[in-house]
Amino acid sequence: MKETQQPDREVLLDMYRRVNLIYQNDERLRSAIRSGKIATTYYSPRGQEVIPAAVSVNLTDEDYICTIYRGVHDMLAKGAPVKEIWAEIGGRATGTCKGKGGPMHITHPATGVMVTTGIVGSSLPIANGLAWASQLRDDKRVTVAYFGDGASNIGAVHEAMNMAAVKKFPVVFVCQNNGYGEHTHYSLSTSARQISDRAAGYQMPGVTVDGNDPVAMYVAAKEAIDRARNGDGPTLIEAKTFRFMGHVLGDADGYMDKEEKKQAMANDPVPRFRQWMLDQGHAQEEQLAEMEAAITAEIDEALAFTLSSPMPDVAELKRDVFAEELN
Amino acid sequence: MSAKVNFIQAINMALDDAMAEDDGVLVLGEDVADPQEGGIAGVTKGLSSKYGELRVMSTPIAEQAIMGAAIGAAITGFRPVAEIMLMNFTTVAMDMIINHAAKLRFMSGGQTSVPLTIRTMTGAGFGNGGQHCDYLEAWFAHTAGLKVVTPSSPADAYALMRACIADEDPCLFIENLPSYWVQGDAPERGTVAELGKAKVLREGSDVSLISYGRTISDCLVVAEQLAEEGIQAEIVDLRTIAPYDKATVAASVEKTGRCVIVHEAVTPFGVGAEIAAYLQDELFGSLHAPVKRVGSVFSPVPFSKPLETAFLPSHDDVISAVKSTFK
Repeated sequence: MKETQQPDREVLLDMYRRVNLIYQNDERLRSAIRSGKIATTYYSPRGQEVIPAAVSVNLTDEDYICTIYRGVHDMLAKGAPVKEIWAEIGGRATGTCKGKGGPMHITHPATGVMVTTGIVGSSLPIANGLAWASQLRDDKRVTVAYFGDGASNIGAVHEAMNMAAVKKFPVVFVCQNNGYGEHTHYSLSTSARQISDRAAGYQMPGVTVDGNDPVAMYVAAKEAIDRARNGDGPTLIEAKTFRFMGHVLGDADGYMDKEEKKQAMANDPVPRFRQWMLDQGHAQEEQLAEMEAAITAEIDEALAFTLSSPMPDVAELKRDVFAEELN
Repeated sequence: MSAKVNFIQAINMALDDAMAEDDGVLVLGEDVADPQEGGIAGVTKGLSSKYGELRVMSTPIAEQAIMGAAIGAAITGFRPVAEIMLMNFTTVAMDMIINHAAKLRFMSGGQTSVPLTIRTMTGAGFGNGGQHCDYLEAWFAHTAGLKVVTPSSPADAYALMRACIADEDPCLFIENLPSYWVQGDAPERGTVAELGKAKVLREGSDVSLISYGRTISDCLVVAEQLAEEGIQAEIVDLRTIAPYDKATVAASVEKTGRCVIVHEAVTPFGVGAEIAAYLQDELFGSLHAPVKRVGSVFSPVPFSKPLETAFLPSHDDVISAVKSTFK
């Protein structure tokens, strides 16, 4: 590992802020759902916080991401506004998408959140198009497509990886391997020893990294993003992680190996990152506490904003179907 | 005498003129660039030599990847024209077309849009059997967010293609393969049709023949035969199947009191069913007879010539449907 690729203190703090935002956002959102304040299906990213934080500190607002239904961490890390995300999840008119998309389709082009899909594997083919647009404009933007280990078995992913490699699209494919596709364990659904092995079939670099290790994840993301930005084509990153809250909020986890889950949760990447920051002298306790309090306040505000926001007008059913409003 | 062109030439002119006018217009699909001879029928011939292979991009045989790339580029403001060689191959890309192209505007609350044209060819008569000739327009017309367009003459092919490219929403443009080489009046370069507007191709007082695409030519022949028997048929060419021109259709049927809808797609659950339902809702009291539908037999497209001929709607089928409205 080249020393120059290590994140400096500012970057580490920025990463930790994003990780903590995702963590607090998830804790509060689950509580709001469980207490009935917000009614929605929810796919928690708890346990996967580090991956998009480490990716996003290497991106600008102009760079694009395409993410999936379990993707609120990816959007938050990219900088999409907390208030409007909450309002969208709450089905409010003030949400990012006026309440018309919901948690599985949050879109926020101003921060580069271009598509969020509820269809497994579909983030990759569209990410290619965003990357093709950047090639055409020669604007040096990079597109990141997030997807899960389950998606690595669907055809669209392979079509997209092949085309990206052939066309040298400036795209980075980030597979968040949390060990389960819906309720099925990796070992029962996926033939590859590791997802990154599949990159070899497309003549693109493929790396497997501990997605819960902030420095390792940062280094892998930076290398892939730099490569894409320099016109050298796509990379597949397999970020190993774990899903603490099952497939969908409320699932009973009966399909999970209890010991595996216990171990993963004991190794929670969020407090681990925090402690490491303190141990390494990258941050002081008061500094982190202050940062975390500010995030808490931001989420308080997002919840209040959501609950006080109006529901969408039913006339919205006729708007945005086409450019022209329906009669 | 004005110059004659065929459908291939007319569509090529439309693409060429649109690309010359607007740098944002792109073409992608299997074999579309000149080293691959501009597609199997040469519709895109000459374009990559003129506009470069980044704007006119030949792709792998990977329909999901083609549609994904088109959608991604469209979201950023480009106007891609994606060729899905044959209409049956759209089935491979249905997720991208239905779940993404059609819905992203709505699901994003109008923040993103997909000004995309999908070119596809189809049509029985060449003995291509069950997976190369289907008319599937009803599937797409059934999806909110998509427009469906098909021309019945080369001049209209030009003007409607220009309209699809200029439109802010995803348009499916259906080309009839067996009539590609049929000649018609050359288009006036620069003409852009208005989508959603039908054309009365022949005026008549006794019965309305509503049709689109290739079966318009059947209706024109049949109308002359009916005229010999004293029945004056009015022919309405929908041109845009979705959204169709209700006003023109209703005005014609109100005048004639009789209606036969003709299309190559199989009859059940087809476009004819939708129009018949509309007419019976709007004009129940003015109809002299039930609205009739003529389409292909409800079977997969067969291979052997006598079967294929029996599968397709014949002139006699249209004539007997018309006559049944006089009983």
